[in-house]
Amino acid sequence: MEFVDTLINILNSTIRVSVPLLLACLAGLYSERAGVFDIGLEGKMLAGAFAGAAAAAVFASAWIGLLVAVLVSVGMALIHGFASITHRGNQIVSGVAINFIAAGSTIILGQAWFQQGGRTPSLPPEGRFGAIHLPGADALRDVPIIGQLYSGLLSGHSLLTYVAFLAVPFTWWVLFRTRFGLRLRAVGENPAAVDTAGISVAWLRYRAVICTGILTGLAGSYMALAQNAGFVKDMTAGRGYIALAALIFAKWKPVPAMFACLLFGFLDALSIRLQGSPLPVIGKVPVQLMQALPYILTVILLAGFIGKAIPPRAGGVPYVKER
Amino acid sequence: MAENAIELIGINKSFGAVRANRDIALEIPRGTIHGIIGENGAGKSTLMSILYGFYQADSGEIRVNGKPTAIKTPNDAIAAGIGMVHQHFMLVENFSVLENVILGAEGEALLTKSIAKARSELRRLEKEYGLEVDPDALIEELPVGLQQRVEILKALYRGAEILILDEPTGVLTPAEADHLFRILEQLKEQGKTVVLITHKLREIMAITDNVSVMRQGTMVATRKTSETTVEELAELMVGRRVLLRVEKGEAKPGAVKLAVKNLTVKDSRGVTMVDDVSFDIRAGEIVGIAGVAGNGQSELMEAVSGIRKAVSGTVMLDGTPIDLTGQADPGELRDRGLAHVPEDRHHVGLVLAFDESENSILGYHDKPQYLKGPFLNLEAIQKDAQDKIEKYDIRPANPRLKTANFSGGNQQKIVLAREIEQDPGVLIVGQPTRGVDVGAIEFIHKRLIAMRDQGKAVLLISVELDEIRSLSDRILVMFAGRVVGERGPETSEGELGLLMAGVEHKEAAE
Repeated sequence: MEFVDTLINILNSTIRVSVPLLLACLAGLYSERAGVFDIGLEGKMLAGAFAGAAAAAVFASAWIGLLVAVLVSVGMALIHGFASITHRGNQIVSGVAINFIAAGSTIILGQAWFQQGGRTPSLPPEGRFGAIHLPGADALRDVPIIGQLYSGLLSGHSLLTYVAFLAVPFTWWVLFRTRFGLRLRAVGENPAAVDTAGISVAWLRYRAVICTGILTGLAGSYMALAQNAGFVKDMTAGRGYIALAALIFAKWKPVPAMFACLLFGFLDALSIRLQGSPLPVIGKVPVQLMQALPYILTVILLAGFIGKAIPPRAGGVPYVKER
Repeated sequence: MAENAIELIGINKSFGAVRANRDIALEIPRGTIHGIIGENGAGKSTLMSILYGFYQADSGEIRVNGKPTAIKTPNDAIAAGIGMVHQHFMLVENFSVLENVILGAEGEALLTKSIAKARSELRRLEKEYGLEVDPDALIEELPVGLQQRVEILKALYRGAEILILDEPTGVLTPAEADHLFRILEQLKEQGKTVVLITHKLREIMAITDNVSVMRQGTMVATRKTSETTVEELAELMVGRRVLLRVEKGEAKPGAVKLAVKNLTVKDSRGVTMVDDVSFDIRAGEIVGIAGVAGNGQSELMEAVSGIRKAVSGTVMLDGTPIDLTGQADPGELRDRGLAHVPEDRHHVGLVLAFDESENSILGYHDKPQYLKGPFLNLEAIQKDAQDKIEKYDIRPANPRLKTANFSGGNQQKIVLAREIEQDPGVLIVGQPTRGVDVGAIEFIHKRLIAMRDQGKAVLLISVELDEIRSLSDRILVMFAGRVVGERGPETSEGELGLLMAGVEHKEAAE
């Protein structure tokens, strides 16, 4: 039974670390499926986390924090949209700029407002999204395996975790079952086809980056308001980039994106778990190697283990009417 | 008298300094197939894009079914019952046929119903017009003929009464083209109006009721197809110009400088553009290649000058072969004395952001006279540019000026000066006087004759028939990738025109 406990423990932390990845990955999916590459997921998450934590601290409300986080992320997404859709700028440069703005301004504003070295004040319980206990979780705790899985793995997460996982089928439904999704996919493949069909390419792409903004705002909120109790500088620590890797790994599809994020999350959780404890056969492995594992795997996977990942054909290319 | 489906009045459109359409007037009677013919760049596609709301005219009026209609976006055009099949298909390749058909015409926010509706509607259209295609097939898996059918279905699904097809047969095999024509006939029988844009005379004669001819952005003439001839249309299309006869003596052809044998070239889509072409050029002669634009001249020229890979064939330069199928290397060819003035000076011939002096040595910049050790010898380059400016009367006479600030004619002189002054044995020139004013044309023509008289071999490719006739010692006519005839310079314009239009030899001789 100890094995089951350990496993559930690892899976549980897998879910925890996967959530921000998943939200960011789905965020990127909306934008990139519409043909706007977004390397600025990281920056938007970070800005969302900071804004959410700051607002939650001031108003002592997780919900206000969430709202502000989403607004700030959407604002930054619109800046990216303005540069890359309206002004047809280079999407990578614009995205990198967003990342720098977020990295710098969160520290400066944090220090100016709260004087805690770039942190925000530790949040009170009402400023956070607490764990939700599913009905019957406590009663089933002692039922072997099934009960353990239910109470230990499915129950006890924050609202945002459930939102993140529900966003997967929702995104699939939006993309493949709605008019908006059809047009979104089309504009990422051949914007001229969308234009000649009488649909505004720019407005469609703006709506896509707004979706991206909302989801990165949720990702940031999760990190600052659920996973932690406040904002710490650089707290996203490259998750925006890992989410991009997962997006490519998943070939820009929602359900595979979830599994990719869970895989990266699992490796992360595993590396934390295995730190310091000797492995069978191999023996003791240096901590650094374990920590590097997710990144090494990322490189290996992206280097060709996933088959051909064809990005949306019009990705990264500003739309200019042909002449 | 049938009412007009479309009426265009005084349409003007400029792109920067280029006037793509000037003062176009056009009437298209309802229920007819109307051809619009003209060479590439005559402004046909621009005009139709205006009609479809893809571009907006600078001035002018559009009337649909007699009513003045403002067409600002494709939506307006669709609402007015106009559908368009673009030259480059506007399809999403990894979407199914159904998805492509409903894109933009979904009706409601959820797809399930619209897809079901489109499915039954496609079945109806299939029955009515013989437009069968698997609604669930992915576009990228369909041959181009069927992809085009999807474009037509898209327009019909939106209720188009007027269907514009822009160069629809460019990518089709002859059999597919014939099938398309049968479909168009059927559409006409159902009362639809079809506008067919093409530069192929055969298609016009085969299927249209009326034909309008465009040349250099203007509408030159409209004829009833039954009352016109291929010859007249060819003449209208290519245009008679004031002859600019150049004084020249007898050619004294010497040894073969450039020998092309069985050359076959495909374009990036895999369509054969040059089909088993062979010819020789001797020292001291100008060989002209005539043809309606788009019949393989450009690809021929690019292959011989090392810009484009050939599929098969050999080209011998001074008796030594050029590597055609390997990695092309125009630089090496330049070293071997083959110079090349590209057709498109803006994209291929010049770097517009560079100074005049930099462009005047581009491609030759590693010659010792322009170098000082590993560095450019700026003084020598300036002096060299200054010399060329004087000799070719390039204005303004400032080698430090950005090339973009020179007029088209002067830009052309910069390219010509660069290539001719390196004293090549073989010169390949494409459209040497396109967009060049009359004075410069004369100068350029004299230069080319002078090259010939110095014993150089010149290959001239031009869509200007007058230019070909006045400069060439021999004329090769290209049609559909083949050399369909060789004539002397005294051949009449009419005869060349017929050859260029692909009319068979025997008919032409009659």
